[in-house]
Amino acid sequence: MIEKILIANRGEIAARIIRTCRRLGVKTTAIYSEADKDAPFVQMADEQFLLGPPRVNESYMNIDKILSIAKESGADAIHPGYGFLSENAQFAAVCKQEGFIFIGPTSEVIHRMGDKIEARKIMKQAGVPIVPGTNETVSEKEAVEIADEIGYPVMLKAAAGGGGIGMQVVHSKEELQSAFENNSKRALTFFGNGSMFLEKNIEHARHVEIQLLADEHGNIIHLFERECSIQRRNQKVIEEAPCSFISEKTRRKMGKAAVQAAKTLGYTNAGTIEFLVDHEENFYFLEMNTRIQVEHPVTEEITEIDIVEAQIRIAKGEKLRIQQDDIKMQGHAIEARIYAEDPITFFPSPGLITKFQVPEGNHIRNETAVKSNYQVTPFYDPMIAKLIIKADTREEAVSLLTEALHQYKVEGIKTNIPMLKKIVTNKVFQMGSTTTSFIDEYYLSRD
Amino acid sequence: MMQEVKASMAGSVWKIAVNEGEKVEEGQDIVILESMKMEIPIPAETSGTIKELKVSEGDFVNEEEVIAVIE
Repeated sequence: MIEKILIANRGEIAARIIRTCRRLGVKTTAIYSEADKDAPFVQMADEQFLLGPPRVNESYMNIDKILSIAKESGADAIHPGYGFLSENAQFAAVCKQEGFIFIGPTSEVIHRMGDKIEARKIMKQAGVPIVPGTNETVSEKEAVEIADEIGYPVMLKAAAGGGGIGMQVVHSKEELQSAFENNSKRALTFFGNGSMFLEKNIEHARHVEIQLLADEHGNIIHLFERECSIQRRNQKVIEEAPCSFISEKTRRKMGKAAVQAAKTLGYTNAGTIEFLVDHEENFYFLEMNTRIQVEHPVTEEITEIDIVEAQIRIAKGEKLRIQQDDIKMQGHAIEARIYAEDPITFFPSPGLITKFQVPEGNHIRNETAVKSNYQVTPFYDPMIAKLIIKADTREEAVSLLTEALHQYKVEGIKTNIPMLKKIVTNKVFQMGSTTTSFIDEYYLSRD
Repeated sequence: MMQEVKASMAGSVWKIAVNEGEKVEEGQDIVILESMKMEIPIPAETSGTIKELKVSEGDFVNEEEVIAVIE
């Protein structure tokens, strides 16, 4: 039974989870740092507990404190959201040991997918195509030798990496040598592990991912794909579903590969397999995210499945109520992430939001973390809101998104809204010819 | 001539790249701030010698706060 869920997260995703819990009649416990005491998500929950100072190690990453609050509140389950402890295998294990249901896959699965090299091995075993590269972590000397073999440009990656940290495309031996040390150091600082590996850089690639749902009885389905090629600093900015580039045949093949991967892994709950797709529609495993994703709403909009509800039901031990053939895609959905940052340099822009006003309408869904007269602090991710549009066709969705962006008002701080407006009015974007280098090629190069 | 190096935004001091008494060139990074999960280098606007470092690694600084003084 799940009667009360502690949400081990903040911002828009905490608010999003609370909304579904309310509809299901499940009570919620919010936890918050001193920096978030006025955040809208805190008051939305049935009860609130202060974690401590703003720093993540003393707040949203503080496992001991979170578990002691969970016990005090009488919660029976913990939803980790995304980021923070959501892909921390130790957290999942401790939750279980202490008698809480962790709303996500098992600790063991999180651990195996968190190690990018181990993940590549498992995918290979499952018959899922992987990007050509190294099967083990490499030293700088080995990296140079292997790069000569597979040919530049190559992608240098941290084995424990994520969020684009410790990752760099390099075009020459000299660049590789300097990038190796820098990225290894950064990975050691951020993830406590400086091991590196190499992959061939797939040029003109699209980032396309498959949403999965797997219950604890061996049933696995996919909810089609999301196209997430528009990225800045290796982080997504605009996501949509379906992907307008891939054929129905590729879509089926990717869905099947993702389900097979989850089966091999013994995966449970919601998860996403990210792929790179080249211009010939060859697809390669990139990584698996063992949690709900920021961009999950676009999938919800085209399938009418509430992914948070599915997560809770699966965690309770329920069987999936739907089979693969029952799931139909309907229409087109696009999400734009609103970041508190300079639209040109992408530097963070914390500060006081004097006015926050979102567009409303039948085709608009807002997920927000802020309000008017609200201080955006420098302690956490710069994403302050998501704007999601649903329409019958992609063309209509893009046009409605453009209109909605013009109505979107955030005053007092800088946001990426000017950048989003430029992207959605770009011809290449409108044609759906987006690759992961879109922002470099069509946005930054113009200014 | 003294010049103050100021934080361009609020954040915490992730790394200090120089020592007191060290000679620095214009454009050289003095400290690296971390704000909203991003690292932001704060460079010297003039060449000179680091007279004083006003922050330590891990400190929180507000926008416009003085980080270092260059002489």
